[in-house]
Amino acid sequence: MADNIKVTIDNITIDVAPGTTILEAARQIGGEVAPPTMCYYSKLKGSGGKCRTCLVEVSKGSEKDPRPMPKLVASCRTGVMDGMEVKSMTSDKVIDARKGVTEFLLLNHPLDCPVCDQAGECHLQDLSYENGSADTRFEFERRTFEPEDIGPNIQLHMNRCIMCFRCVFTADQLTNTREHGILDRGDHARISTCISKALDNEFIGNVIDVCPVGALTDKTFRFKNRVWFTKPVDAHRDCPTCSGKARLWMRGEEVFRVTARKDEWGEVEEWICNTCRFETKDAKDWVVEGPTKVNRHSVISQGHYAGKVGTAKQPVLIDKVIGKQPKLTFDIHSESEVNKPNIHLSQIEGPAHSDDFNTPG
Amino acid sequence: MKLLLENAHIEGIRYYEAYRKHGGYRSVEKALKMTPDEIVEEVKKSGLRGRGGAGFPTGMKWSFLAKPEGVPRHLVCNADESEPGTFKDRYLMEFLPHLLIEGLIVSSFALGSNATYIYIRGEYAWIPDILEQAIAEAKNNGWLGKNIQNSGFDCEIYVQRGGGAYICGEETALIESLEGKRGNPRIKPPFPAIAGLWMRPTVVNNVETLAAVVPIINMGGEEYGKLGVGRSTGTKLMSACGNLNKPGVYEIPFDLTVEEFIFSDEYCGGIPNGKRLKACIPGGSSVPILPTNLLLKDSKGEARQMNYESLSEGGFATGTMLGSGGFIVLDEDQCVVRHTMSLARFYNHESCGQCSPCREGTGWMYKILKNIEYGKGRKEDIDLLWDIQRRIEGNTICPLGDAAAWPVAAAIRHFRDEFEWHIDHAEEAQTRNFGLAHYADPLPVVTA
Repeated sequence: MADNIKVTIDNITIDVAPGTTILEAARQIGGEVAPPTMCYYSKLKGSGGKCRTCLVEVSKGSEKDPRPMPKLVASCRTGVMDGMEVKSMTSDKVIDARKGVTEFLLLNHPLDCPVCDQAGECHLQDLSYENGSADTRFEFERRTFEPEDIGPNIQLHMNRCIMCFRCVFTADQLTNTREHGILDRGDHARISTCISKALDNEFIGNVIDVCPVGALTDKTFRFKNRVWFTKPVDAHRDCPTCSGKARLWMRGEEVFRVTARKDEWGEVEEWICNTCRFETKDAKDWVVEGPTKVNRHSVISQGHYAGKVGTAKQPVLIDKVIGKQPKLTFDIHSESEVNKPNIHLSQIEGPAHSDDFNTPG
Repeated sequence: MKLLLENAHIEGIRYYEAYRKHGGYRSVEKALKMTPDEIVEEVKKSGLRGRGGAGFPTGMKWSFLAKPEGVPRHLVCNADESEPGTFKDRYLMEFLPHLLIEGLIVSSFALGSNATYIYIRGEYAWIPDILEQAIAEAKNNGWLGKNIQNSGFDCEIYVQRGGGAYICGEETALIESLEGKRGNPRIKPPFPAIAGLWMRPTVVNNVETLAAVVPIINMGGEEYGKLGVGRSTGTKLMSACGNLNKPGVYEIPFDLTVEEFIFSDEYCGGIPNGKRLKACIPGGSSVPILPTNLLLKDSKGEARQMNYESLSEGGFATGTMLGSGGFIVLDEDQCVVRHTMSLARFYNHESCGQCSPCREGTGWMYKILKNIEYGKGRKEDIDLLWDIQRRIEGNTICPLGDAAAWPVAAAIRHFRDEFEWHIDHAEEAQTRNFGLAHYADPLPVVTA
C-alpha cells in the first residue's frame, strides 16, 4: 500500500497505516517486541497512558525530524511517524524503566496470589515474572482499603487494584449507566460506587474480563477452582442480548466459569452479557466448538493444552534482537512433576493431588 | 524598574477609577487598533517567557494556537497558584485586579477568544469576589461584553473556582477541571493549542504572564525585550519567604544578583537574628535546592543572577531553575532532611493517582524520608531514595512526577552528609539539626 508508513521497532521494520500507535505497530510484529500493557485496551476509547509499563525509547523521531525524543514515551498513546525508530527491549533505559514501573505497581499489591482467583491469568503476574525482581525493597505496611460490596456477581478487592481505569471506561462505553468510578486522589484513590450501590447492568460483568489483576472477580466462580485446573473451550449459544460467543472453563462436564473470548493480547473479542456469564452454567445450554488455543498467557498453556508460546516469528526475532535472548515462559514439565501432559485433569475425580501425577501412566 | 507593580502603592488602585486615572486600559485602546497578528508579533518580539514555571516563550505558544474555521478558541488564565512558596499571583490579583483584566482583554483579542476563563485556586476564597467586581466595573465602562469600544470584538471573562488541588495547576488537568471533570492531566498529544477546553484550541497562561502583556503593548515589544538579560526579558515577580527579614512580593530586574536580592535592604533585607544562609530554593518547591556556595556563585565562579539562564547554569548538577519565583530561604538552623520530607509529603498528597510511578513512588519517598527524619533510617535508604526518584523522573504523564523527584534528588546531591548524619546520630537528630556552619558561608557584605 502506497500510503503506509515505515516504522522500525527493535530493528524490525514494518509497514503500518498512518495513525497507528507504536504499540499497535509492535503488536503487528508480535512476540516479545510488543511492550507489556496494564492499562491500555484497544477496544476502549481513551484508555492507556497511565500504567507506564509500555514506555519505549524513540531513538529517531521521523524521516523529516530525526531528533530522538527526550523522554521515554508511552507507546500506547504515541502515534508512529514515517521512518521512526523505536527501541523497546533493545534499550537498557526502557528495561530499567519497566523494572521501575513493575516495582511501583507491586509496591502496595498484596501478593495474595495463592488465594486470588486471577492467579494464572493475571497480567501483573506476567509482568512481574518478566520484569520484576525477586524481593521487594518496600519495608512499610501496605496500603489497604475497607472492603466494599458492589453487588451479587462481582467481587471487588480494592487492595489488588492497580488503577488502570479500564473498568471505568468499560462501564462508560459499553453501558449507559456507570455506577462506579474513581474516588479520592493519589495513593489512596480507589474504585468505588461511593454509596455502596450494586453494579447493575446487563453488560457490567465485562469489567471482570478487562481487569488486568484480581481486583474485580466473578463471585459465581470465587474459590471454586484454580484456572489452570479448568479446561477452556469455546462455545456459543443463542443469546437475545449479546453475541453469545463465550469461553467456558470446564472440568469434566461441569462448567465452572464463563468468560468472554480473549485474543492473544488478553483483550476481549466480543463482549458478553451477564446472563451468559453468571447464569448459564449448564453445559447443555452451550454448543461447544472445541478447545481454546491458549497462545500467550501464563500457566494455563502449560497443561496439555496446545502450547503456542513460541510462535513462528520467534526464530526471526532472536536473530534481530541483538544480544538479548527473548525470555520464554519456562517449561513447567522440566521444573515440576505436576501437570504431566499425559494426565488429563478433567479425568481426575475431585481435586487434583500430587499422587495423581506421581502414579505412572 | 517596575512594570507590573508600578502603581501598586496607590490608594484605591484596586478600583476602576483610580486604575483608569493612572493610565489603566491604555493598552486595550492601543491593541484594538492593531490586528491580532500584530499583537502576537509584539509579544514574540518582547521575548516574554511564561511566568508559571516552565519559562516557555509566550509568543511562540500563542502562535501554535490552531485556528480552524468556525471553531471557537479560548484563553484560560491559570490562577491555580498552589506551588509551596509561590504567592505572586495572589498579590497581583488582590491588589491589581484590573491589570490582569486588562491583560486578559488584550490577549483575548490577540487570540480571538470570546469566552475567557480565570481558573482560580479554591483556597483563594476572597479573591474571586475582587476579580468579579473588577470584571463588573470593566464591563460597566465598556471594556468587556459586546462590541468592546466599538471595535466589533466581543469578550466575556468568567471566574471559576478550583477545588483546591495542586494538580489542577497543570494546564491539561486545569482544563479537565474547568470542564467539570476529575482534575487528571491529559495525555499529550494532542496539546491544548490544538484540542484543549471542550476540545477547542486553547491557550493556558499564568496570571503574571498575562499581566505582562499590558506593559508589552504599552511600550512596544522591542522596548520590553531590551530589558533584562539574554533570553530573560522584562521583569519578574518574586515571592520571597522563609528566613528573611522582609519576606514579600518583589518585582525584580533580571540582572539582579541573588546575593543582592537576599541581603540588600531594598529587597529581602538579609537573614533575621544574625543567622547565616544555608540553602535556598529559588523558584518554588519543585525546583532543586541549592546550598549557599552554589547559590551565590555559579560553577564558573560568577555571581549568580536572578534570571532563567544564570540560575540554571550547570544543569541540575550545580544549578537550579527560576521556576515560578517562589523564593524559599533556609537559614543555618533549618534541617534539610525535615524540609525534604515536608515537600515529599506535599507531593504524595497532591499526586492525582493516575500513573503508577508518581502514585506509588511519591508515597514511598515520603515514608523513607519520614524514617530518616525520625531516626529509623539506614544508609541504604539514601541510595534507595536516589533510585526511586530516578525512576519517577521523566516517566510520568505530567510534570508533577518530575516536580516530586527533583527536590529529593537535589537534597541528596548537595546535602548527602546531612542525611548520613541523621542516620548515624538518630537520637541527636531528633533534638538538633546538623549543618550549622557547614554549608553556610560567612555573612556576605553587600555594597548597594
